Amino acid sequence: MPLVPAITDIEQLKTHPALARLVEWSVGAGSKSTVQAVKYDRDELTIWIAKESIREACSILRDSADCPFNYLADLTCVDWYPSEPRFEVVYHLLSIPTKERVRLKVRLDGSSPAIESVTSVWPAANFYEREVFDLFGVRFTGHPNLERIMMPDDWEGHPLRKDYPVEGYR
Amino acid sequence: MGPQHPSTHGVLRLVLEIDGETVVRVKPEIGYLHTGIEKTCEAKFYQQVVPLTDRIDYLCPMTNNLCYCLAVEKLLGLEIPPKAQWMRVLMNELTRINSHLVWLGTHAMDLGAMTVFLYCFREREDVLRFFEMVSGQRMMTSYFRIGGLALEPPLGFFEKVKKFADRFPGNVDEYEGLLTGNPIFKMRTKGVARLTAEDAIAMGACGPTLRGSGVDMDLRRDAPYTGYENFKFKVPVRSEGDVFARYLCRVEELRESIGMVQQALGGMPEGPIKADAPKVVLPDREKMKTQMEALIYHFKIITEGFAVPAGEVYQAVESPRGEMGYYIVSDGTAKPYRVHMRGPSFANLQALGKMCEGGLIADVVAAIGSIDIVLGDVDR
Repeated sequence: MPLVPAITDIEQLKTHPALARLVEWSVGAGSKSTVQAVKYDRDELTIWIAKESIREACSILRDSADCPFNYLADLTCVDWYPSEPRFEVVYHLLSIPTKERVRLKVRLDGSSPAIESVTSVWPAANFYEREVFDLFGVRFTGHPNLERIMMPDDWEGHPLRKDYPVEGYR
Repeated sequence: MGPQHPSTHGVLRLVLEIDGETVVRVKPEIGYLHTGIEKTCEAKFYQQVVPLTDRIDYLCPMTNNLCYCLAVEKLLGLEIPPKAQWMRVLMNELTRINSHLVWLGTHAMDLGAMTVFLYCFREREDVLRFFEMVSGQRMMTSYFRIGGLALEPPLGFFEKVKKFADRFPGNVDEYEGLLTGNPIFKMRTKGVARLTAEDAIAMGACGPTLRGSGVDMDLRRDAPYTGYENFKFKVPVRSEGDVFARYLCRVEELRESIGMVQQALGGMPEGPIKADAPKVVLPDREKMKTQMEALIYHFKIITEGFAVPAGEVYQAVESPRGEMGYYIVSDGTAKPYRVHMRGPSFANLQALGKMCEGGLIADVVAAIGSIDIVLGDVDR
């Protein structure tokens, strides 16, 4: 499977059910900026979503009639320190009936990263969001129990941030 | 309950809110085994991450190796020769048998059936010997490498596996004879720790936990990788959603896995075990010592690693516990920019609360056993 260049044109990718549904919804809601960018690379579709509409976008995708993305496979974060926007929260969704996958991404600023929680859409997001909060310091508003999960409660710093040394602080 | 409780299979701590003998709320407390593997990965070359992956889910090291290697191969756009693919399926299914045997033995022992444990570990020993034969290690195998396999399987390996595969269905009958019809086992498991299909999906349960709740989902069939499309197997699904249903799913999977081992042995293709990519795959020892070019490549891979084209992939495989996913971001250098492991136990642990609430304290033990939790996989 030799590598082919990534496709980043929304028009070319509109046949994918997740993107089609999101574009249709954002046009209907009158906010065209919901879908910020797309990329189709190595057989995987990535959609960048505006920070404000992530929870709504997720619930739209979950309730989509022909291809419901009812399963949250993974939720994590990438730190692009020192560039801005610093954080990217990454959602991997799976549709159990159609076996389609899609990756949603939200860019967040480094100063006080916060985003709406998707626990109301998928309860499964609970632990994942706690993990991202613990290791990256991204806050999830509306999360029922936003506490550290891996590190001790009195730990200082967020270990998976790029400015946190691999050996830890000495 | 925990972290030292014998039935928690590691260091899991559950805060149980109880009303008499009834469990009102379950709050898992994890992190006791957190070693920061994801952070460590960022400081290693791509090939140096393989041994780390063994240590995540230590009951199925090969599945971890496989998932990581597939993800990096996808990033590189590397084609794997058929023999390596078939060997990967063979070893991966033996890993599943190994993992399920540990689960079956300990799960039965948690519920008071000691004998099964001894029988299961007898067969597990055989599987571990196969691991030792191919990789030199019983548990932390690191047998799959980026671009293929570490070593050619030794002489006599296939015959020994064949002998085991012919005998193993009889062993499964033996375990089932001790458990499936056993009235005490049935009383402890039937109707216990129920999970509906909707809850299972909403809580992100995966693998046999999801299939035991009636959701027909198996990545080996639905999104085939490393040549699983060439194999014939059934995906056992049960609709009851209780501990007994999960038990039946896993026992049935043991039989399907041994069927796949037989198919892999029967159709094992000839050919190389490593991809033809000298910049990524280490050369053979023999060539390295006799050819200048091979020596240069060897030196470069060891000292500088190899650059992986920028991009990101999410590779999911069906581990014995469910969907194991590796999300790897590359920035075009020789070290991964970010590696995230989606552990199936982490996902299944979230569903534990739903299973236990409203049940008895004693049933919490059965529920933990039935999600087949591995804490290394939860905490990473």
